[in-house]
Amino acid sequence: MSSKLRKVLLDPIFNNNPITLQVLGICSALAVTSKLETAIVMSLSVTLVVAFSNLAISAIRDYIPASIRIIVEMTIIASLVIVADQLIRAYFFEISKQLSVYVGLIITNCIIMGRAEAYALKNPPWQSFLDGFGNGLGYSFILISVAFVRELIGSGKLFGMTILAAKNDGGWYQPNGLFLVPASAFFLIGLMIWAFRTAKKEQVEEE
Amino acid sequence: MLEHYLSLFIKSIFIENMALAFFLGMCTFLAVSKRVETSLGLGVAVVAVQAITVPVNNLIYNHVLKAGALEWLGFGELDLTFLGLITYIGVIAAIVQILEMTLDKYFPALYNALGIFLPLITVNCAILGGSLLMVERNYTFGESVVYGFGSGIGWALAIIALAGIREKMKYSNVPAGLRGLGITFITAGLMALAFMLFSGIQL
Repeated sequence: MSSKLRKVLLDPIFNNNPITLQVLGICSALAVTSKLETAIVMSLSVTLVVAFSNLAISAIRDYIPASIRIIVEMTIIASLVIVADQLIRAYFFEISKQLSVYVGLIITNCIIMGRAEAYALKNPPWQSFLDGFGNGLGYSFILISVAFVRELIGSGKLFGMTILAAKNDGGWYQPNGLFLVPASAFFLIGLMIWAFRTAKKEQVEEE
Repeated sequence: MLEHYLSLFIKSIFIENMALAFFLGMCTFLAVSKRVETSLGLGVAVVAVQAITVPVNNLIYNHVLKAGALEWLGFGELDLTFLGLITYIGVIAAIVQILEMTLDKYFPALYNALGIFLPLITVNCAILGGSLLMVERNYTFGESVVYGFGSGIGWALAIIALAGIREKMKYSNVPAGLRGLGITFITAGLMALAFMLFSGIQL
């Protein structure tokens, strides 16, 4: 893989992260991160949907009239999300109950629309596919890290398996319920943004 | 009956606030809340679109998509619910477009005030989320009207409040790395904690 393609794939993970820098796709990052399991299923679906929607939109980018492009993009994205939704329902029924409406909301996840508008409409299919995949990875990175912290501190478990034995079950760990509350995801992402921007000064916003 | 609607209304504004309890419409919530004036415009637009799309999607779900809804046409067994997502987003996009054209023709002042926010609403997840939650909870038509209106107002309230806080934030000395997005996240987190106080209330 040439260095340019590698840059397209890897840049969105740290240097141009969709959540912490582009402010895209935040709803689901907050709502599905109380457990690792749901976060991983969600990341997987978003990554695949954004990669394939970028591929499809980029493949037909020369044939889409500019005035109706939003509707065309929406139709492609919605079809992909329906496939993802049906697959999750078929194979991970329990998780689909927990994800509730958030799978359907991938349609309006701005990462997908944003990458289609900003990248796929101007670049060839293979590159757009990698860009979508990279942005999906950047999103997954944040989602999974937040879910890791929340599940570990909030209930002392990872993937539902006990890591820190909770007091109620005769262990020593007193779970911190605050981390199970969705509001804690705001704080965690806020702190992550702080860490990112301390490491990379050029991301700091001007007053 | 009226009491039921009233409690649903209050519930959808405060207890189940779209932005601060369900985290829907977060992208716009964080990105377009720099000034009270613009967030007020966006809030009004969201209330209008939400109050129209939720009842319309309710009608479509109950009379076209639901299993057995097309029995009068002879398709007794037909279950079209898997087409739900694409239908709702189509309805939302169409209604936003119609609203935009109507406002442009009859209320140009309001149209200019809302500006680019109207088309942006199509991809605001609070709108699609409202329709999906309505379906998940099996609201009747009357309930969906109240729910659409209430949840829109709740979202508008939250974004205006956040914009108010952010306007004051200009006068404080925020650490460089937190400036902008970071501190907004933490502010929204504190607001969400405050809104959690409503969650125990039974109506």
